[in-house]
Amino acid sequence: MSNAATAKEPVAVVGVGQTKHVAARRDVSIAGLVREAARRALEDAELTWADIEAVVIGKAPDFFEGVMMPELYLADALGAVGKPMLRVHTAGSVGGSTALVAANLVAARVHGTVLTLAFEKQSESNAMWGLSLPVPFQQPLLAGAGGFFAPHVRAYIRRTGAPDTIGSLVAYKDRRNALKNPYAHLHEHDLTLEKVQSSPMLWDPIRYAETCPSSDGACAMVLTDRAGAARAPHPPAWVHGGAMRSEPTLFAGKDFVSPQAGKDCAADVYRQAGITDPRRQIDAVEMYVPFSWYEPMWLENLGFAAEGEGWKLTESGVTALDGDLPVNPSGGVLSTNPIGASGMLRFAEAALQVRGRAGEHQVDGARRALGHAYGGGAQFFSMWLVGSEAPAG
Amino acid sequence: MSEPVRGPVREVAIVAFGQSEHVPDSSETSEVEMLMPVLHDVLAQTGLAARDIGFTCSGSSDYLAGRAFSFTMALDGVGAWPPISESHVEMDGAWALYEAWVKLLTGDADTALVYAYGKSSPGDLREVLTRQLDPYYVAPLWPDSVALAALQAQALLDAGLTDARELAGIGARSRGGADTGPGRQVVGPLRTGDCPPVVDGAAAVILAAGDTARRLADRPAWIRGLDHRIEAHGLGVRDLTDSPSTRLAAERAGAFDAPVDTAELHAPFSSQEVVLRRALRLDAPDCAVRVNPSGGALAANPVMAAGLIRLGEAAAAIRRGDAHRALAHATSGPCLQQNLVAVLEGER
Amino acid sequence: MPEVLTAPLAVEFPFTRSLGPVQSAFLTGLRERTVLGVRARDGRVVVPPVEYDPVTADELRDLVEVAPTGTVTTWAWNPSPRRGQPLATPFAWVLVRLDGADTALLHALDAPGPDAVRTGMRVRIRWAAERTGAIGDIACFEPAREGAGEPAEEAAGVGAGAPRVGANGSRRGGEAPLRGHNADGQGDIPAGGAGGAGGAGGTGAAEAAEAAEGTGAAETTGTTSTTGPGRTTGSPGTAGCPGTAAYQPQAHSGQFGEPVTGIIAAARLDYVYAPGRTQSRYIQGLAERRTLGERCPACRKVYVPPRGACPTCGVATAEQVEVGPRGTVTTFCIVNIKARNLDIEVPYVYAHIALDGADLALHARIGDIPYDQVRMGLRVEPVWAEGARYPDHYRPTGEPDADYDSYKELI
Repeated sequence: MSNAATAKEPVAVVGVGQTKHVAARRDVSIAGLVREAARRALEDAELTWADIEAVVIGKAPDFFEGVMMPELYLADALGAVGKPMLRVHTAGSVGGSTALVAANLVAARVHGTVLTLAFEKQSESNAMWGLSLPVPFQQPLLAGAGGFFAPHVRAYIRRTGAPDTIGSLVAYKDRRNALKNPYAHLHEHDLTLEKVQSSPMLWDPIRYAETCPSSDGACAMVLTDRAGAARAPHPPAWVHGGAMRSEPTLFAGKDFVSPQAGKDCAADVYRQAGITDPRRQIDAVEMYVPFSWYEPMWLENLGFAAEGEGWKLTESGVTALDGDLPVNPSGGVLSTNPIGASGMLRFAEAALQVRGRAGEHQVDGARRALGHAYGGGAQFFSMWLVGSEAPAG
Repeated sequence: MSEPVRGPVREVAIVAFGQSEHVPDSSETSEVEMLMPVLHDVLAQTGLAARDIGFTCSGSSDYLAGRAFSFTMALDGVGAWPPISESHVEMDGAWALYEAWVKLLTGDADTALVYAYGKSSPGDLREVLTRQLDPYYVAPLWPDSVALAALQAQALLDAGLTDARELAGIGARSRGGADTGPGRQVVGPLRTGDCPPVVDGAAAVILAAGDTARRLADRPAWIRGLDHRIEAHGLGVRDLTDSPSTRLAAERAGAFDAPVDTAELHAPFSSQEVVLRRALRLDAPDCAVRVNPSGGALAANPVMAAGLIRLGEAAAAIRRGDAHRALAHATSGPCLQQNLVAVLEGER
Repeated sequence: MPEVLTAPLAVEFPFTRSLGPVQSAFLTGLRERTVLGVRARDGRVVVPPVEYDPVTADELRDLVEVAPTGTVTTWAWNPSPRRGQPLATPFAWVLVRLDGADTALLHALDAPGPDAVRTGMRVRIRWAAERTGAIGDIACFEPAREGAGEPAEEAAGVGAGAPRVGANGSRRGGEAPLRGHNADGQGDIPAGGAGGAGGAGGTGAAEAAEAAEGTGAAETTGTTSTTGPGRTTGSPGTAGCPGTAAYQPQAHSGQFGEPVTGIIAAARLDYVYAPGRTQSRYIQGLAERRTLGERCPACRKVYVPPRGACPTCGVATAEQVEVGPRGTVTTFCIVNIKARNLDIEVPYVYAHIALDGADLALHARIGDIPYDQVRMGLRVEPVWAEGARYPDHYRPTGEPDADYDSYKELI
């Protein structure tokens, strides 16, 4: 830093709220959906609308709900009238990016207490439609989202020699974890590993049971400064580091299996948080795993395992809820996927863990947790590391 | 609101501004082809290379492009390699500048590249903007953006706050006095002279903090205050003759603490300039503010970039020495629903 | 420079919108020719009713009935109506404060010309002949004589060009809630990874979603039921003085038979898509069955398809380089679900192919080989179909497979 910058204000998460996530929330309007998450976050923080100084909202493409810049219409429902309201859109990573933009408002001392929220009401349209608007002259896409990601999974398997059962282990674990999370979309009580492994192969090597659902849902957090944290009724989660990184969609030399932007983003977060050995120093991880194989891939990308070794952590049970590096104790994106909110859910679930407020899917004694989101063609990354203790300094 | 006033903890300035030619039809150029020369322009102004930039933030809209994730293609023009610290708002680029300003205030970056672009020509802008409206009660009626602005203009006329002559004068002044008349009626009372030309364009700004700004520019345009506020969405619950969110944002940005000499107002319709001048107290008898010397949005309104251009034009006026303390304003949403105000100053 | 290409692009989808309690009551009320507002804590009556107070953010649920007559608070003359707007003939846009309301509602006013419209004029609702529970149930407003209170009779034929909302009127007799609108919306069925991380270039996986859910959206919305309104305190005719500004809004339960809980909002936007100079050149090359990449002047990498800029250097690419036609499969997947609008038998192989001379892979289908014999490193060449813009698929060349090390940097 060339300038003598003032130290940043520490940022605390004092309220977390989410909706019950389902395929279609037909009982509420778009406003009603976001309001539900926001109200729960305020209740958690024991704050009112008047305590909120600004609102930062994120979601994936406007075409999903067919409302251009829906924050304009949602200002009333989110108590934003008379306040600043920002709308972030960074593809699938948007939920995480939105939280980071909100955190910066507090860190920069522009505001004391900020509401941040992300949502998707996918039942208003059809994600397939929203993501594949016809573009003249272009060759029709030959496969769905799984078809976009499955070749990269095959490349991962080729590079590492991972057994082809790894993906099913992740899916089974995450769906079992979701049973402990009352807000999760999928609650498959009778799921067995055999059922995962015998589910149809959609985009070989990705099976049906290894893919994420399409959900309606919202997630909200109240972020505040030191003074706000001191007033909070429940333990806060403190932000120890946060970063975003982007790289181009397609380029010569792009590593789709382990994108450089993901590595750089994690390294920046660890540097800020003083993490030198993520595998030992981080107690829980909420990572964006829309297809099961991305767990071992991200374990390597985020520095929890050496290159080629990520699948061994999964296989040996390290990432299970009772393992020593639980990954997606909430059930993750594989169990709940309101696209624009999925990243914020990762950030919020990480915060719940270090606050000791994750309920049945609480990781015992979690003191540091990583929230991770990514999007676009594996090109946009956002992450934060939260802790139960206020950051030093 | 009860928050204590929190002065910026770090000085941040606009050190470069560039914009494309604004054309009614840019079918020869893709978004990235339109944007890239503007990015090269602002980098060249500062001598920075893309990899020197600490943070990048952009503003654009998928609905203008008619494609989801349209902003990802524009990123090709930035040269995001090695990976960059980057974000995007689905808003006018003025709000991307706000996000970047906050980032610089945290001390995490010393420089930021902010850009915005909008191609309105592929679609029917008046129709596209109806998709911003309440999706249950209003959007199904397809009230176009000119119609809504016309309701606001009529409210001003009824309240005696303007007249046809003043509106025509605003249009003519914005276009350099070239207009011979107010033109034909579009949606009464608005005539062609009151409405913005629909154009495609892009703009970019470089922000820098403290000594970095002084190093990069002879006369940085310091951001002395920056704030934005939103109002209720429904037109029927608002007083369309007033803009309380503009006034509040101006107060929070310190616009009323000392007189400004120049104001760049993002008023796509002549009637909206009247509303904004009142909210910003630019109509006082002793007030000698130059309003929209650039021509404003009535001269060129590349949607999603026009607000950022107001900040850039105000900064450019300061950097040229034409202004010392300038106000810049950006708007979003129907009938000035959301407003941003910046106060810029040259070195004292 | 070759001519740049353009083509029409229609973005059209019928959005299925669930309403929530307040909006449901309002739109169902319109179907019954009853206008509801909502009372804020400070006594203001907001019409049309909103779920959340625009001033205080309070949740609002206290419904009241207001009059179908009101006063114009501002207006705008629309000489040339556009697609989807309430009237096909010139009309005025109006904000109308209905009697009993404190806020104004946006709609159209049918008037012979601008001289017949003024702020402060009295108007009344003209109901659509066929009402489905949507904002279009108000066909428009029409001028009212001072003090004339009765709402206009149903006027057939008005509202030409009215928005196609709530148009799907199928219903199941007497049952409420309607099918597809169960209150908790539970649908615990995996939907096959729709969207994933929101991939640019990644289409959603809703083929799987549809396969899993088995139904399309089962939207049953507007009905033409004649079930009576559920007024709690008699009719407005007895409680107030409809047609005057002094009208007192009456409390209303918001309960109607067969409530409308959702609307279908058709939305079509028409664009003219223009891919720009670089992609136009590429597409024109394909017409000659030549694949033309472009070389970055800085890093010398060859991009195909070219997009106008080297994405890592941020500079324009200009030098055209013919690549291929042969190439190497770098990685692939086997697709087992049939994509909508694609006439390809499953299973088939979707592969990344690095054409010889290109520095990144493009995506295409592999054919003329059993799907389970495709492998990384397979050498392939394009197969063109008559009149097609792109190769139909790629097939094996018969060359030996490429060595992994020769293409691993391109995966």
